[in-house]
Amino acid sequence: MSVFDRPPGAAVSHDILEAIGGVPRPPTDVIIDARNVDKWFGRLQVLRDVSLSVRRQEVVVILGPSGSGKTTFIRCVNHLEKIQKGRIFVLGHLIGYREVNGKLVEDKEANIARQRQEIGMVFQRFNLFPHKTALENIIEAPIQVRGMARDEAVEMGRALLSRVGLEAKEAVYPGQLSGGQQQRIAIARALAMKPALMLFDEPTSALDPEMIGEVLDVMKELAREGMTMIVVTHEMGFAREVADRVVMMDEGVVIEEGTPEHFFTNPTNERTKSFLSKIL
Amino acid sequence: MNFDLGEFVRLAFQPTGAFVGGLAITIYAAIIAQLLGVGLGIVAALGGRSRNRLVRSIAGFYVWIFRGTPVLVQILLLYSGLPVLLGIDLFPRLYELGPIEIRGNVIAGILALGLNEGAYMSEIVRAGILSVDPGQTEAAKSLGMTPRKTMSRIVLPQALRVIIPPLGNEFNNMLKTTSLLSVIGVSELLRVAIDRYSVTFRPFEPLLAACVYYILLTTIWGFVQARIERRLGVGQAGSTPSEPGFFSRFTGFGRGGPDVPANPGLLGGH
Repeated sequence: MSVFDRPPGAAVSHDILEAIGGVPRPPTDVIIDARNVDKWFGRLQVLRDVSLSVRRQEVVVILGPSGSGKTTFIRCVNHLEKIQKGRIFVLGHLIGYREVNGKLVEDKEANIARQRQEIGMVFQRFNLFPHKTALENIIEAPIQVRGMARDEAVEMGRALLSRVGLEAKEAVYPGQLSGGQQQRIAIARALAMKPALMLFDEPTSALDPEMIGEVLDVMKELAREGMTMIVVTHEMGFAREVADRVVMMDEGVVIEEGTPEHFFTNPTNERTKSFLSKIL
Repeated sequence: MNFDLGEFVRLAFQPTGAFVGGLAITIYAAIIAQLLGVGLGIVAALGGRSRNRLVRSIAGFYVWIFRGTPVLVQILLLYSGLPVLLGIDLFPRLYELGPIEIRGNVIAGILALGLNEGAYMSEIVRAGILSVDPGQTEAAKSLGMTPRKTMSRIVLPQALRVIIPPLGNEFNNMLKTTSLLSVIGVSELLRVAIDRYSVTFRPFEPLLAACVYYILLTTIWGFVQARIERRLGVGQAGSTPSEPGFFSRFTGFGRGGPDVPANPGLLGGH
């Protein structure tokens, strides 16, 4: 079975973004602009001079062996990780920091929280809230953070659930759902904040093989509808089919960047070639 | 043997007004002091995690002092020491709070017990917070929740499951620790028993009667605690409680939907 075969009962309807009032219209054309980012974990340097920009409605897939810094990089994009050098601009604003006399000073939590409202994130291990039902997971942040009226949030939450094929699971707690179902709810939860971009951190790596397809289907649909996305993944099929641009990282460095055609048919970097030969 | 069975049976099973009053004070002093302790414990645990160094130091100092000195000394310092030190009558014989009259020593005693309890509760709350998967905090942050919202809406409700069992243990202790208030003249159970034998010169019977009441209180509490834990599904991963009650609805743990098997591990792939 190909991972793209859709398992029964996991139908994804079109127009997922319709559920949140259409494709978000970010105020800037450049959604992410990372410049010369360095990051260390103690004495270990995990990002070296990483520069990457993502434009509106672009889908960028980051590939690379484990330990290459790809997950760390997207965690820096919503400031779940600090950076030591360089700048990351999200929607035109420096994220996580203020610049004072050319130096980075960490911003106030409230300001960082406000910026994160525009950045959806999907985690490898789902991280759904186990004490809340599927629907409560989705409506929590719109109500608590955006100040949305409960009725409105519930209506949107139900629409999102049905678009990811889980309308029947509204009142079910995450512990009673399969990994694939949990991840689809996690995607819906992130979308409920109407983010300008979505970050996916190895969203299918913790899933049993038969559940990968249902999650990738949702992501493909989102990409088709014009969501701006950065996806860290090992799903080469997804990269080839959906990505506008593929970025290869190794040892904290972006070693190659290009269209999927270039990448999969004609890679220039030796390390990219050896990585692809192992994985394809 | 010189045991007056009649005296013991009278005190234990046909209690005088004084014993009933003592029982009442023991119960409400324990409950109020425990609530105070839980509140202070949460504040101190959160303070200990603050970004602000001063706040962290204050929280750490509080826990250090109150866990490091005997609670009996703390009671005496607060009730007897502090008013003399400050030259203010902090705990007058009688407080009048609207229609209720409370004796000053009862207030001092509850305060001291609560302050002491807060230091222990802060460690329990801290352990509860640490037990919650850091991924939960990250998910909440990534949705734009502030640290405060993340704590109150996501982390603390989940920490509750780990906090409840030791909290029950603390309250069991508290029911008995109230006996220390006898030294500042609070008419709780032990004081009533002492007052009794200072008249009769028969200590054993009233003290044994007081023990009957203490064991009655802790036994009842044991049942209440077991019931709460059953509803929380504490210590039984994946189990479903017999009836979804307030706590399971509140925490969402261990509660299956109407059409959902109890053990998610058995579901496998859909």
